[in-house]
Amino acid sequence: MTRESYINAGLTFLLVLVPFWAWSTGQAYILTLCTKVAILALAGVGLNIALGLGGLVSFGHAAFFGIGGYAMGILASHAQTFDPIMDWPILIEGTKSMPVIWLVAVVASSLAALLIGALSLRTSGVYFIMITLAFGQMLYYFTIGWPAYGGEDGLSIYVRNSFPGLNTLVPVQFLILSYVVLGLALLFSARLARAPFGLALTAARQNADRVETVGIAPYRLRLVAFVISGSITGLAGALFADLNRFISPTMFSWHTSGEIMIFVILGGVGRLYGPVAGAALFILLEHLLGGVSEYWKIFLGALLLAVVLFARGGLIGTLAGREVAHG
Amino acid sequence: MAEPLLQTRGITKSFGALTASDAISLDLRPGEIHALIGPNGAGKSTLIKQIAGNMKPDSGTVHFLGQDVTALDTVARARLGLGRTFQISALAMDFTVLQNAVLGALGARGGVMRFFRPVMKDRALLERAHEALECVGLQDHAAMRTAELSHGQRRQLEVAVALTLKPKAFLMDEPMAGLGAGGSKRLTGFLDGLRAEAPILLVEHDMDAVFALADRISVLVYGQVIATGTADEIRANPDVRRAYLGEEDAA
Ligand SMILES: Nc1ncnc2c1ncn2[C@@H]1O[C@H](COP(=O)(O)OP(=O)(O)OP(=O)(O)O)[C@@H](O)[C@H]1O
Ligand SMILES: [Mg+2]
Repeated sequence: MTRESYINAGLTFLLVLVPFWAWSTGQAYILTLCTKVAILALAGVGLNIALGLGGLVSFGHAAFFGIGGYAMGILASHAQTFDPIMDWPILIEGTKSMPVIWLVAVVASSLAALLIGALSLRTSGVYFIMITLAFGQMLYYFTIGWPAYGGEDGLSIYVRNSFPGLNTLVPVQFLILSYVVLGLALLFSARLARAPFGLALTAARQNADRVETVGIAPYRLRLVAFVISGSITGLAGALFADLNRFISPTMFSWHTSGEIMIFVILGGVGRLYGPVAGAALFILLEHLLGGVSEYWKIFLGALLLAVVLFARGGLIGTLAGREVAHG
Repeated sequence: MAEPLLQTRGITKSFGALTASDAISLDLRPGEIHALIGPNGAGKSTLIKQIAGNMKPDSGTVHFLGQDVTALDTVARARLGLGRTFQISALAMDFTVLQNAVLGALGARGGVMRFFRPVMKDRALLERAHEALECVGLQDHAAMRTAELSHGQRRQLEVAVALTLKPKAFLMDEPMAGLGAGGSKRLTGFLDGLRAEAPILLVEHDMDAVFALADRISVLVYGQVIATGTADEIRANPDVRRAYLGEEDAA
């Protein structure tokens, strides 16, 4: 095993230990925080595929996070008012079932990523950043002006959605569900990085000429990566909405895109556990420093600056040293 | 005479007032090494880029395997069987040497859109990659990070990656640069045998290698081919002596 995998194992252990301790001492608030870490980490795992493996600096991943959130909000709100989403030409009703909501969230965010990616991946560098940002902001303003689902104020869902065989209202059960989804996403992302697709995608990040010269089109690789990336972040959005039982246009705002990017950068760009470490650190800081001063984000900014200047590999990279080549 | 595999007709490219390619027509026939020589800035790399598809000519066409490929991009030309090495190494620097070679093998085989199986455990790809590394003498450096290779070793890896593609024609832009006498000799011997598999359009400053290898030589000066012929014809050509070889001798 490499040093990085020991660190990952240690982090996993901590992330299991803390909620176990919180559960046995009956601290529901800590459980919720841990669930939040897992869901935000999931959003970061999504972004990390585009940013870390593909080198695509997307400043618009809030678009997918928001779409996932609104998929949940729209389906659940229609279910709670027994008012079908549409009844012509076919009847589509709302639902409170998480698996169905997740499926819709993943499909909708993949389609959005396909569209946004197809257009923005024709550019690169600063233009790519600006175009992805613009798409996110477009959706943000669209939802603000969309009264059907709460407009600017957002929309509350009264009861958390259900998952077969679980009582999701019990915090520890929803926590386990979120952990499992995160675990599966990590597993998938680890395999992806080592698969033919991962090799070609990371090669295209380092040198697009090389990839073209061996007969592989970087654009297609990046587009597929962007779609996979967006769909995972979309799934995280649906879970996040369920955690809060609330959706609002904020999910689409560039602050959200920025925060997801901060998780990845703090934890380590391109590192499997980077988003997990980053999201955990972020929530920990928010929790510890947020209580001391409402200006805690100044400290976050300073930390981010330190990481970018002195510790490019983020938390994981600093602990584990240079990335070793896969197998 | 055998049909040319690769042919440029009247390739012209200008950068502002500078004509980097001036109506260049040359061809590459099966089984030959065709060397392209010329002073620095003559437009050799610019021509290679246009043949490989990285740069669009202002006018003129490129034919490969009897097909007009002028409108095709680099990826499509590579798929058709055009293997290319860069003058300035274009490698994935964070990869190991082996990973770069496996990337080539993967490009040649196809099946990039696979998401689960570890690529570095794929027997067929590994075999092809190792074989190519061995051909250029990099087998002992397979596990090294590419960024840690010397300049010459990177050139060798460029050639190895091109080999994994098993192309129908090679475009090589100064593969000997930085190799040193021993490495240069070794690669010369290897390219000598390689021409039987696929012809090589070879841009090279190492005149010993050029005269030892080339079936034909074209001389490019200020974007124009001033002469094409065998080594002896080129040596004897007064224009060439004046424009190019003379300078070399004097230096
Ligand atoms: N993209 C470009 N834009 C403007 N000028 C260019 C460009 N590419 C090449 N040139 C110019 O075209 C001329 C030919 O360059 P090229 O690189 O083809 O020369 P070369 O024969 O390969 O030289 P060398 O032996 O040094 O590699 C040079 O004067 C170069 O400065
Ligand atoms: Mg050159």
